[in-house]
Amino acid sequence: MVRVVLPSHLRTLAHVDSEVELDVQGVATQRSVLDALEARYPVLRGTIRDHVTLQRRPFIRFFACEQDLSHDSPDSPLPERVADGTEPFLVIGAIAGG
Amino acid sequence: MSKVRVLVGTRKGAFILESDGRRKDWDVAGPHFAGWEVYHMKGSPADPNRLYASQVSSWSGQVLQRSNDGGKTWEAPGGGVTKSPQGWPVGESNRFVYDTSPETGKPLTTHQFYDGTQHPWEFKRVWHLEPSLTDPDTVYAGVEDAAIFRSTDGARSWHELPGLRGHGTGPKWQPGAGGMCLHTIILDTKDPGRIYIAISAAGAFRTDDGGQTWKPINRGLRSQFLPDQDAEVGHCVHHIAMNASRPGVLFMQKHWDVMRSDDAGDSWHEVSGNLPTDFGFAIDVHAHEPETVYVVPIKSDAEHFPLNGKLRVYRSRTGGNEWEELADGLPERNCYVNVLRDAMAVDSVEDCGIYFGTTGGQVYISPDAGDHWSPIVRDLPPVLSVEVQTLA
Repeated sequence: MVRVVLPSHLRTLAHVDSEVELDVQGVATQRSVLDALEARYPVLRGTIRDHVTLQRRPFIRFFACEQDLSHDSPDSPLPERVADGTEPFLVIGAIAGG
Repeated sequence: MSKVRVLVGTRKGAFILESDGRRKDWDVAGPHFAGWEVYHMKGSPADPNRLYASQVSSWSGQVLQRSNDGGKTWEAPGGGVTKSPQGWPVGESNRFVYDTSPETGKPLTTHQFYDGTQHPWEFKRVWHLEPSLTDPDTVYAGVEDAAIFRSTDGARSWHELPGLRGHGTGPKWQPGAGGMCLHTIILDTKDPGRIYIAISAAGAFRTDDGGQTWKPINRGLRSQFLPDQDAEVGHCVHHIAMNASRPGVLFMQKHWDVMRSDDAGDSWHEVSGNLPTDFGFAIDVHAHEPETVYVVPIKSDAEHFPLNGKLRVYRSRTGGNEWEELADGLPERNCYVNVLRDAMAVDSVEDCGIYFGTTGGQVYISPDAGDHWSPIVRDLPPVLSVEVQTLA
C-alpha cells in the first residue's frame, strides 16, 4: 500500500479529504503509483503529468522521505519507506509567483 | 416573469449571479472551482440547465466541467469510472489532442512563434466553449494553441476539427500577447453548417460545411503591425459579435479598429467613426435591435485601461460609425481596469440587459440597454468572461 498526498486543489478536484492509499501492482515507481492514482481518480489524468507524453507537468514536483524525486526516472523504484507505506509520496504544486 | 443567470469566469473561480427579470436584486453563488482560472462558462441554448465550464491551472492544466442543474453541482464528465469511492462523480474530460492523422487532410506540426521561427502546436487551455444551438451534448471548444475541438457526448471526449489548422495558412499564424488562442466561436442561427471563429493573431475564419473545410475571412482588415497590412491572415481579431436574427452581419473589435461585415465575413469595413479610441476587446450586439452595438474603448495596446480613468461603454444605434458615450453609473475617475474579450454579454429580456466584467472584479449591468449602469458585484477576482442566460 502506497500513501499519496495531493495538493489541495487536486484533492478538491478528486473529492478526497486527506491522503490517498493505493494498492500498487509490482514495483512502486513514480509511473506505477501515478498509474494506480489515475485509474482510481480518472479526473486527475492530465493534471499531474501530460496526457500523451506522460511527462510530469512543469509546475508539479514529487517529494518523499525529504528528497526531491522530480527528476528521477519515472521507472526508478521509490524509496522502500514509500513502497511499504511508512512515508507518503508527495505531489506538490511548485511555488510559482511572488 | 423571466429570470436571468449570469455566468462569470474569473482568475480564481467561477461565480453565478441570478435575478428575476427586474435585474435589481441578485443572488451570488460561488466561488466554484476556487483557486482555478475559469476562462469561460456557457449554457446550452437547448437545455439551459446544462452548463459547461473551462477550468484551468498553471500547475495542473485543463479540466472541463459540466453541470446538469444550472450550476448548483458540477462534474468532470467521462473516463472509465463514474463514481469515486466516496460516491462523487469523477471522470476524464480534459484530453485535447491535436489530430495528426493522415486521413484528415494536412495536419500541421508548426506555426510561427514570437521570434519568427516555426514552433510546434502545444495545447495549453480552452478559451471558449460554445454549446450547440440544438443538442445539449454537442459543444465546441476554442483552444490555445489555436484549434477548434468538438464533443458530441457532453464534454466526455473531444475531437479536433483539423480542417481549420490544416487548410494552408496555419504556418503564418502567430501568438498575440495573450497567446495563440482561438477565442471566438459563433454558430450561425439559420445555417447549421456555418461557423465563424477568430484567432489572435491569425484573424477570422468561416466554415460552411460544419467544420470540415475553412477559409480566412479577413478582406478589408488592415493591421499596421503586419508588413503586408492587407494580408490574408495574421490580423489580431479580439472578438466578433452577431445578432441571432441576422447571422450574415458581423461586428468585430480588432486590436485597433471596430469593423463590420454585411456578407458573412467575406468583406469588412471600418465603423470606428467617432469613438475616442478604437482599441478594445469586448463587443456585443443588442438582443432585439441588430443595428445597436456596444464596445468598451480601451486607451491603447500598451495601456489596457479606459481613457482618462473614466470607464465608458459606447453604443451605436446605427450599426457603427455614430457612437454615443454611456456613462450613467460608471466610474468617473481613477478607473484603470480592463474589459476582456469574452467579458461582455446581453440578455434577451424585453428591454435588453447589457453586462460586462472588469479585471478589477466588478460586474456591471445596465437593465435598460445601456442608459443606466450599476455594479452587481464589486470585488470578485479579475473577470475573464461573462455570459448571460435568459430563463423562462
